Amino acid sequence: MRHLLDILDLSTDEIDSLISTACDIIDDPDKYAEKCRRKKLATLFFEPSTRTRLSFEAAMYELGGSVLGFSESSSSSTAKGESVSDTIKVVSCYADIIAMRHPKEGAPMVASMVSGVPIINAGDGGHNHPTQTLADLLTIYREKGGFEDLTVGLCGDLKFGRTVHSLINALSRYAGIKFVLISPDELKLPDYVTNNVLIKNNIPYEETTDLLEAMPKLDILYMTRVQKERFFNEQDYIRLKDSYILSPDKLIDAKEDLCIMHPLPRVNEISVAVDKDPRACYFKQVLNGKYMRMALILKLLEVE
Amino acid sequence: MIIDSITDGIVIDHITSGMSMVLYKYLNLDKLTCSVAIIKNAPSSKNGKKDIIKIDRPIDIDVDVLGYLDPGVSVNVIKNGEIVKKFHPELPEKLVDVIKCKNPRCISQDEQELVHIFKLTDRENRIYRCIYCESKAK
Repeated sequence: MRHLLDILDLSTDEIDSLISTACDIIDDPDKYAEKCRRKKLATLFFEPSTRTRLSFEAAMYELGGSVLGFSESSSSSTAKGESVSDTIKVVSCYADIIAMRHPKEGAPMVASMVSGVPIINAGDGGHNHPTQTLADLLTIYREKGGFEDLTVGLCGDLKFGRTVHSLINALSRYAGIKFVLISPDELKLPDYVTNNVLIKNNIPYEETTDLLEAMPKLDILYMTRVQKERFFNEQDYIRLKDSYILSPDKLIDAKEDLCIMHPLPRVNEISVAVDKDPRACYFKQVLNGKYMRMALILKLLEVE
Repeated sequence: MIIDSITDGIVIDHITSGMSMVLYKYLNLDKLTCSVAIIKNAPSSKNGKKDIIKIDRPIDIDVDVLGYLDPGVSVNVIKNGEIVKKFHPELPEKLVDVIKCKNPRCISQDEQELVHIFKLTDRENRIYRCIYCESKAK
């Protein structure tokens, strides 16, 4: 039985295979419409989320399966003080696969230690969010044709942005990748990512606070939101929340084939006017996320 | 200063000066009922000063704790007044319930009776990380 806790749980060959399945689903969705008939996905969201939960649910419905679960911890036994382990032991009696989001880092690992069914990490605090990375990878693949020789700009909250950490981990395994890390000093990439991934693997990277200066060299610009829920101190959040706002005028020096990405939801870090730019790919990411989650569910349930 | 030699037990030698009380605490030596001698600032030809702990009973020492906290120590197992075994603990690959994660966002802060596990991720710099949240051990 396999779980997906971290994007590195999947080899590059397995990611290629998921992308291949996702592309096949896009080409011929009817072929997959009954693949998960009589299978149940439990979506356990101990922390509110709209798109990830709905994406998982839509993915399971499109595979012909059904869905059960909760969308916030107040409507689960957690509110009564139940541990993650106990919740998972109970739910794995009802469902064939579990997608869980939890505000505490490492909660899905605890779940995987006791679960009788595959666990998918749908986001654990500021730590990992591997299925968002799968959505990001399919988007890059479809827009750029592959992952090699790309200069990837990551902008905004690189400290608490779990999507950023997972994406760096995933892309660092491909040749010719360079990163430009654009953030205020207070929201720089944590040392465990810089040391354990970038430095350890000799991945070229530069850190800057200047988005405009970095813009011309980028093949991909991955914007992130400064997340209020990750701050203990509201003053810090207010001070940093508007650090980077992407508007059409800031894209003047950008490449014509730049791919602008964002894990969503956005607040104001990408102006709505950018949505009309053909380089804006963030709504394509949403759709790609559903296809990759479908491919992942099939893989973990070992459905042919 | 003279401390009696022991007949059957353990001598932890070459402890970094000042570390003996830390080891005493982490090895739970306060729970022993036998004689335990802590010698602080004993002369050392190598480092000038060292600490020594003598335990007057054969016990199972948590070698991982020693390897993590003070990897330069040597452990002498004494039987019938003779050293029958001498070894230097190595930096352990894994620490189980030795230290706790300090990251307030880590699941190990909340989940009841969860085993606290750290893995050695950088041997050269002796860096351990929590297996749940990957935070560095402090």
